[in-house]
Amino acid sequence: MTTVGRDQSPIEFVDAARRALDDPAFQANLGGAVRTFRANRGRVLQGLAEWETWREQARAIKAHTLAHLDHYLERFDRSVRAAGGRVHWAADAAEANRIIGGLARRHGVRRIVKSKSSTTEEIELNPVLERAGIEVTETDLGELIVQLAREAPVHFVGPAIHKSASEVGALFAETIGGPRTDSPEALTRAARGYLRERFLGAEMGISGVNFGVAETGTLVVFENEGNGRMVTALPRVHVAVMGMEKIVPTLASLAVMLRVLPLSATGGRMAEYVSLLNGPRRAGEADGPDELHVVVLDNGRSRILADPEVRESLQCIRCGACLNVCPVYERVGGHAYGSIYSGPIGAVLTPLYQGLERAGALPFASSLCGYCAEVCPVKIDLPRLLLVMRRRAAAAGEAVTAVEQLGIRLYAWVASSERRWRWGGRLLRAMLRPFVRGEWIHRLPGPGDAWTRYRDFPAPPAASFLDTLGDPTGRDARRGG
Amino acid sequence: MTTRVALFTTCLVDQLFPQVARSTVRVLERVGATVIVPRGQTCCGQLAFNDGFWHEARAIARRHLRVFADADAVVVPSGSCVAMIRHFYPGLFQDDPETSSLAAEVGARTYELSEFLATRLGLTDVGATSHARVTYLASCHGYRGLGLLEQPLRLLRAVRGLEYVPLPRADECCGFGGAFAVKMAPLSGAMLRAKVAAVRETGAAVVTGTDVSCLMHLGGGLAREGTSVRAMHLAEILAGEGAAG
Repeated sequence: MTTVGRDQSPIEFVDAARRALDDPAFQANLGGAVRTFRANRGRVLQGLAEWETWREQARAIKAHTLAHLDHYLERFDRSVRAAGGRVHWAADAAEANRIIGGLARRHGVRRIVKSKSSTTEEIELNPVLERAGIEVTETDLGELIVQLAREAPVHFVGPAIHKSASEVGALFAETIGGPRTDSPEALTRAARGYLRERFLGAEMGISGVNFGVAETGTLVVFENEGNGRMVTALPRVHVAVMGMEKIVPTLASLAVMLRVLPLSATGGRMAEYVSLLNGPRRAGEADGPDELHVVVLDNGRSRILADPEVRESLQCIRCGACLNVCPVYERVGGHAYGSIYSGPIGAVLTPLYQGLERAGALPFASSLCGYCAEVCPVKIDLPRLLLVMRRRAAAAGEAVTAVEQLGIRLYAWVASSERRWRWGGRLLRAMLRPFVRGEWIHRLPGPGDAWTRYRDFPAPPAASFLDTLGDPTGRDARRGG
Repeated sequence: MTTRVALFTTCLVDQLFPQVARSTVRVLERVGATVIVPRGQTCCGQLAFNDGFWHEARAIARRHLRVFADADAVVVPSGSCVAMIRHFYPGLFQDDPETSSLAAEVGARTYELSEFLATRLGLTDVGATSHARVTYLASCHGYRGLGLLEQPLRLLRAVRGLEYVPLPRADECCGFGGAFAVKMAPLSGAMLRAKVAAVRETGAAVVTGTDVSCLMHLGGGLAREGTSVRAMHLAEILAGEGAAG
């Protein structure tokens, strides 16, 4: 993103969705990529008898860790220090950026290489470093593409899945002097050449962390391109940025995560590269950084942890499975969600992190189809969380128009009396009748237009079912008809 | 043995699709049940609940529980309303243990129609005849919320003369989603277009399902695109009224 400082304006989800829907290339690229992720996952899971057991284990591990997070964070801190690293605690994005900026300054850093990290997107680290005159290079291919295009990632596993190979070819030709081609091999070769000199010249590498092991201080990084290894091993200084909920207690508890994360993300039986990093380079070791710093980020997480109704949202391991099955995400992509966290989990997390004033519309960006909950590897009940966030948004008067509020109140009042229910229904059907053409209503005025713009509305019947049963003051009626 | 069942019509069926309620009664009576329609019923409150208005939903839910407190079995021609009553009512009253436990009891006695026929009564053939090529829309709240798929399909396949064709990409939502259909209308419309295309691929003359809400949306989409495919509730097919809808 080229913006400086956090954008505080409300997220206009419907407008963004409309723009995305009106872009056929975007629809084809994003939809195609998401459906491939979804199909691959489905194929691998078919006949995998252990899947539900693993999911339950993964959920239990995350829930347990969150319930005792204070304990495990202290343990993690001790373990990282014992391994020769340093832990920095950042209460919010500004503090995290200050810490990382300070480390860069202290080491006279001019060039930084980064591997993919949603957490550094969350804190909007890159613009801060760039303002300090540092060259920051994203080294994950997808992340590099969106960086060169000056865009935000569209998906936290596949940052550039909304772009076709030929769009990437044109972009590379403009920005890094790559060949104007749509051959993925040639484009990858061009990116590799561009990145290689940056890997070798960087004084600092910044990575995210998939799991931090409290018992051993191990930082676990999953990736599929090998760039993460270069980022964490070549530069003198490695800074790992980790949300405080990324802790797992032991190496043993990591085992199930090694399976569920790649399976959920891409349908991979294993991530291509899994790095377990324990402290900086020790005497006699050939590679690794001189210094290892772990920045542990709160940025609203302890507030969510203290809120039992929504705490389970912190179980998220950022696999993206809920994005890949979401019929809304599939059509709008990540940008509409106004934060790195998109799809159903983003529609819960972003209003929790950034407030309902800014992100109150997001929990309503779901048909509540429940596909997300069906695939979540840590069994987060996303529809329930979306409903809770809707309740909070409505209570705060966010994302709910005055007409809507009045309408719901009126509906509740009408539905609280059989007499009002019957008269209300008669009135509604009478109001609809002038618009009937044959069996259908093709066009309704006012709020009804949102319906008839996209589908016909059925012609109302002469009488409701309860009306056909007769007098509402009578006792239980036998059937009519 | 006669089974006494209380019919919960649901708001949409009552006000806009009374023929679905009549069909539900007909099917239930045909399989030997005695049907009563408890007085005072209106709506389950899902619309308000899903839109964030839990206080309003609670008022409607309390009324629903009062009306159906004494019923041995409540049959509902909607998976979505059953999911609301069974899964969300107890949580809606978590600060009111008495109502919450009543909600749990009523929820356990409340059945979606195909669930009642196939699971509770163990039926396959309810004596229906149809001569249509029919595809089935698995509404999300029924399919994911109640695990409904085998039951409606079993009943459908046993209908004499009916040709069942599976719907491609059946795991994808049709885009109705209650208030979502108007609050996020462009998205709902895009999801609808994909579902209309899937229905057209089957060559079916009728698309059926357990929820008039999704069927109203899908039927309206099919009509808008000028197709002759009709959306009919499962009860209408099981009642053997092939041409209704």
